[in-house]
Amino acid sequence: MKRLHVILDDREVDENPYQPDLWRIVRRYPLTSDVNFYQARAVDVDKTLTMDYLPGQFVMGSVLGEGEAPFSISSTPSRPGLLELCVRKMGTLTETLFSLKENQTIGIRGPYGNGFPIDKMEGKDVLIIAGGLGAAPLRSLLLYVLDNRDKFGKLVYLHGARTPGDMLFREEFMQLKEREDLECLLTVDKDDTGSWTERTGVVTSLFDEMGPIDAANTYAAVCGPPVIYKFVIQHLVKLNIPKHQILMTLERRMKCGIGKCGHCAIEYLYTCMDGPVFTYWDVLHMKELIGKGVSDNVIA
Amino acid sequence: MMILKMKKEDLSVFLETVKEWGELWGPARKGERVVFQRVDGLSQMDLKATRTIIPPKKFLYPQRFTMFDFDDKGYVERTEHVPNRILFGIHPCDIHGIQVMDELFLEEYRDPYYAERREKTLLLGHSCIPDDKCMCSARDTEFIAEGFDLFFTDLKMFYLVWVGSSRGHDLVRMRPELFNRNIGRDDILNYNEYRKWKKAQVQSGADFTGMPDIFELGYNSPIWDELAEKCLSCGQCTMVCPTCNCFNVVDEVELGTVEGTRDRFWDSCMFREYSLVAGGHNFRDKRVERLKLWYTHKLQAYISEFGEPSCVGCGRCVATCPVDINVVTVTKALREQEVGK
Repeated sequence: MKRLHVILDDREVDENPYQPDLWRIVRRYPLTSDVNFYQARAVDVDKTLTMDYLPGQFVMGSVLGEGEAPFSISSTPSRPGLLELCVRKMGTLTETLFSLKENQTIGIRGPYGNGFPIDKMEGKDVLIIAGGLGAAPLRSLLLYVLDNRDKFGKLVYLHGARTPGDMLFREEFMQLKEREDLECLLTVDKDDTGSWTERTGVVTSLFDEMGPIDAANTYAAVCGPPVIYKFVIQHLVKLNIPKHQILMTLERRMKCGIGKCGHCAIEYLYTCMDGPVFTYWDVLHMKELIGKGVSDNVIA
Repeated sequence: MMILKMKKEDLSVFLETVKEWGELWGPARKGERVVFQRVDGLSQMDLKATRTIIPPKKFLYPQRFTMFDFDDKGYVERTEHVPNRILFGIHPCDIHGIQVMDELFLEEYRDPYYAERREKTLLLGHSCIPDDKCMCSARDTEFIAEGFDLFFTDLKMFYLVWVGSSRGHDLVRMRPELFNRNIGRDDILNYNEYRKWKKAQVQSGADFTGMPDIFELGYNSPIWDELAEKCLSCGQCTMVCPTCNCFNVVDEVELGTVEGTRDRFWDSCMFREYSLVAGGHNFRDKRVERLKLWYTHKLQAYISEFGEPSCVGCGRCVATCPVDINVVTVTKALREQEVGK
């Protein structure tokens, strides 16, 4: 029982890791017809200021009576004080969340997960590819790199959405196009407005338009609906970006966020603890990570 | 480790004494079945029974409990009165199972609900009589070296009593006159005979060697589809497995109020909703994917992570599955590329 005594006597962490803290919604507005943007501040002000996280991490969000679900963080730790989340109306929990107004509270605990390997990415070029709601976690990385611009090499941001109206943070990203310290390319599958000034086509078509990259020196970060991984990764591999430098952030059902409830297990990894950011190298030998079609029959 | 000797007839008195510390629970008959029940003493227990239906994990991690009470002011941790309990008659495989749970619940992000029950529960192990479903030899779990407070090995006339913790020693100190350290030549010979006898009892034919590779090679094997054809997705295997820890969490609300409870209960990866996310995407929609997850997790993934499978060889899945899918039949089918009848 030696080991157990060590564990039970270890009182360093007395807090209940399942305990949600109350956060107040300070601002919310729609980003698209079914995605809302939330800015929140902890009711206990110290918590807001001390919450330290990495781009790519997530929080468990509670809505009173509706339970808990994981939400990726859209804000960057380089701008502390407010936590920002993008929420798509998907089920009963998010429907109730949509009905909440400014000054109402939600439960938050976290941050959880590994996040992007910022330390390793420093000094390298960064290529970010977002599809649809995949922009939610990737915006955190994008803003982080912009806020620490001198620590990174070249920065390329590619973003695809179905229509202009479906593009998250459209205005914000349009403004980024004015900046000279990054390459920002936006595309939609279909322009139903007639006033779209950017490209039309699937997100992978942007690969042909972006400038040359130094593949061995590049980290690529991908997030989007399952369908985009297959095609985006094919391109990235063709560009010779090393497989362990192709990063993707994944979604799974989670009930705890701390490696206990089992739901997000993939082989011996937990998405909540070992992910949600995985490399393409992980995907190659974790067959369930992004499902059929991506890693099947890949040998070389 | 301290090993003491005790006369068999003194066990009853000893258990009577330790009841001062807490509730006494042990394996007892309930109709046809054997379950861990609260007992008054040794006479109510069935120490010959090979296995209880549900492993002792239920004491450390109840099937359903409330984590928080909530209202519009927030979430308040529910602290329930957890009684001191002495679990007597736990077999080596189940103690191995508890050690797997300890690792999961007590290391990173210590789970306070598990930890409290673990602290208030003393584990008094007892040697067992394996049956044809036991696989402990294939898993090296037929003996146990740690994880218990006391462990009683039945050597017919005597018990050899392993003292595994300071708290276990405190129980001994309640009746020190019942124990002695006069272990002689015969005791050593008897103990050695007992080990040989126990190893010889286990004949399930289970063979877990090479499993990570067999699983990897057989990932797309049609064997899985054949097994999934038979599987009922009833989830009983996960309920009776000593190392299945999955849980679900739901909020229960008092109608017409914002008050309620956040409850946690056992979940099963065999259930269709297990990997379902909001919006309707199900990462494991097909039964074959769920079946594969369970076996891969127990017998391949755990080896990759901890060097050994999380199966402790208790045989409960063998005894429980209504369609004969269990760690023995699945590993055999994968190895031989044929699903047994």
